[in-house]
Amino acid sequence: MNLAIRDIRYHRGRFILTSIGLGLLLGVVISMGGIYRGLIADALAILHANKADIWVVQQNTNGPFAESSRIPEDIKYRIRAVPGVAEASPISFQTIQIERHGKPFRFFLIGYELSGFGGPPEIVTGRGIRQKHYEMVAAKAMGMEIGEKIHLGLHDYTVVGITSKIVSSSGDPAAYVSLADAQDIQFKKDNDAIRNDRERIGANLAGIQSLSPVQSNYLQQNISGITESTHTVNTVVARLSPGANLQEVQKRISRWNHFKPISDAEQTAILAKGMIEKARMQLGLFRVILLVISAVIISLIIYTSTLDKIKVIATLKLIGSQNRVIIGMILQQSLLMGFIAYFIGYGLILLTYEKFPRRIVLEAFDMQILFVIVMAICIISSFVGIRKALKVEPGEALGG
Amino acid sequence: MDKNMYAIEVERLTKIYGKGETAVTAIEDATLQVNPGELVAILGPSGSGKTTLLTCIGLINEPTHGTVVIDGTTVADDGWKSGIDLKRMRREKLGFIFQAHNLIPFLTAQENVMIALEINNMTKNEAKSRATELLTSLNLGHRLGNYPSALSGGEAQRVAIARALANKPRVILADEPTAALDTENGKNVMALLKKLAVENHSAILVVTHDHRMVEGFDRIFQVSDGRIIDEKNYIDVG
Repeated sequence: MNLAIRDIRYHRGRFILTSIGLGLLLGVVISMGGIYRGLIADALAILHANKADIWVVQQNTNGPFAESSRIPEDIKYRIRAVPGVAEASPISFQTIQIERHGKPFRFFLIGYELSGFGGPPEIVTGRGIRQKHYEMVAAKAMGMEIGEKIHLGLHDYTVVGITSKIVSSSGDPAAYVSLADAQDIQFKKDNDAIRNDRERIGANLAGIQSLSPVQSNYLQQNISGITESTHTVNTVVARLSPGANLQEVQKRISRWNHFKPISDAEQTAILAKGMIEKARMQLGLFRVILLVISAVIISLIIYTSTLDKIKVIATLKLIGSQNRVIIGMILQQSLLMGFIAYFIGYGLILLTYEKFPRRIVLEAFDMQILFVIVMAICIISSFVGIRKALKVEPGEALGG
Repeated sequence: MDKNMYAIEVERLTKIYGKGETAVTAIEDATLQVNPGELVAILGPSGSGKTTLLTCIGLINEPTHGTVVIDGTTVADDGWKSGIDLKRMRREKLGFIFQAHNLIPFLTAQENVMIALEINNMTKNEAKSRATELLTSLNLGHRLGNYPSALSGGEAQRVAIARALANKPRVILADEPTAALDTENGKNVMALLKKLAVENHSAILVVTHDHRMVEGFDRIFQVSDGRIIDEKNYIDVG
């Protein structure tokens, strides 16, 4: 006869409520693990979507995600000419926060060359960008509809497609526009600013007595052309030809002034180890604390449940019950509670993970490890109850 | 079995709690024998040592001095005898009935009896059949699936008696079995014990402070201040 099951059957209300409470706690532990995995997945999402071998960024920076990086767009031609490089595409990134429906609306805008790569990895609804201007592909998480317009910079952009879960390293959903549009949004000045700049340059040049009016006018046009240019990008990503030597290509680009080639592995390390390391440690610490709390709670539940059964245990001992019967009752209840709580927590997260503001990634290995840890906690926690039970004297069954 | 063998044989049993100046003698030089099929009472006021005597005979409390022999097996001789498996002895030779029935609250009446059989290595089906048979014989056939909380005091005590009888023990020890019952139910329980002692040929030793409940007992040992001071209605079967 299984005494643990019989006890649970009799006290099922209490057992179910206790398991639900513990399940909620384990749900938080599971979600913490999921958030941690989600952080990594988010951080590497754009990296994985681009499938680039090299990221060329501004010299002495770890851009474009960890640090700011600005390089001229036309460096792409030089990179394409490097032996071993199959293709190179300029990309710009910027975080945008605007008001939408009266609420802050934050997203990560990616500009890519339509003839190159670095665009949306897949289109789940609608189509990709076909026109060079004023079209946008938005991530599903932005909650935008096909045909919806959004005002960015000086223009309105129409959503023509929806892409899947692509986010920035900080978890903001991504939207794609053409590189030209992204450059306009990021760098193009409004007319007042342009007029103001031109007048300032003109005034400065007029102060130089040695310049003739023709020279001054020529210089003003050239300087304004440079200051008004939007042909700047944050990075140029490159893919290598099959068999090309990555280090050789990196070495060659490193020799140029002003540029730094970062391999995909290095970029992964910068993102995973550098940017999210503290968040990872924080989440890890939370998980440990929550598991310790779970252990304490399970121990208390088992201990108080054993105290409730002192007379039962004493009676069992008095009628000659073996210790294994009593140990089995306590241990099985503890394990069963942990088992049920684990699956309540797991089920809860499975039902709600899509509602979390940040991505939750549940990996089978993590879940298996957590299951083993929960079972180990249940076994260890049951020791306090078992220790108490083994100390109960059969004589305690006597008397009123 | 030797037909002259006592079911319980206690010789000069002494139990002292504590040591030195704080030592308290709960039982001193108690000697008694109980034959199979006999219903014997240990009668005495609270604190007289009667429960201590019962727990020493019930292999719960280790005697300081003296011998205890249960069904021909010497279990104590100035302390527990080495090599004796007390749990097994309690399981196989002894049955206990308590003041407050002590049924396991999360087991049904039938399961409460079955547990005593299953821990004595009986299979589930055999235990179920034996428990049903026992409870039916005690007029509890209609209460098999009821939890103790749904039973009356008298019914619960009868389930406890069924549990004590489950393994057909040679000795049944009852500690104030009528204390939680009204007079009528108490007398019914005592009558039932007497009937079972005869039918099962078990020695039944009942500890009580209520002299009204010992009517019809084969023998009564009067205990006071840790000593057996009187023995009434002695029937010599030796």
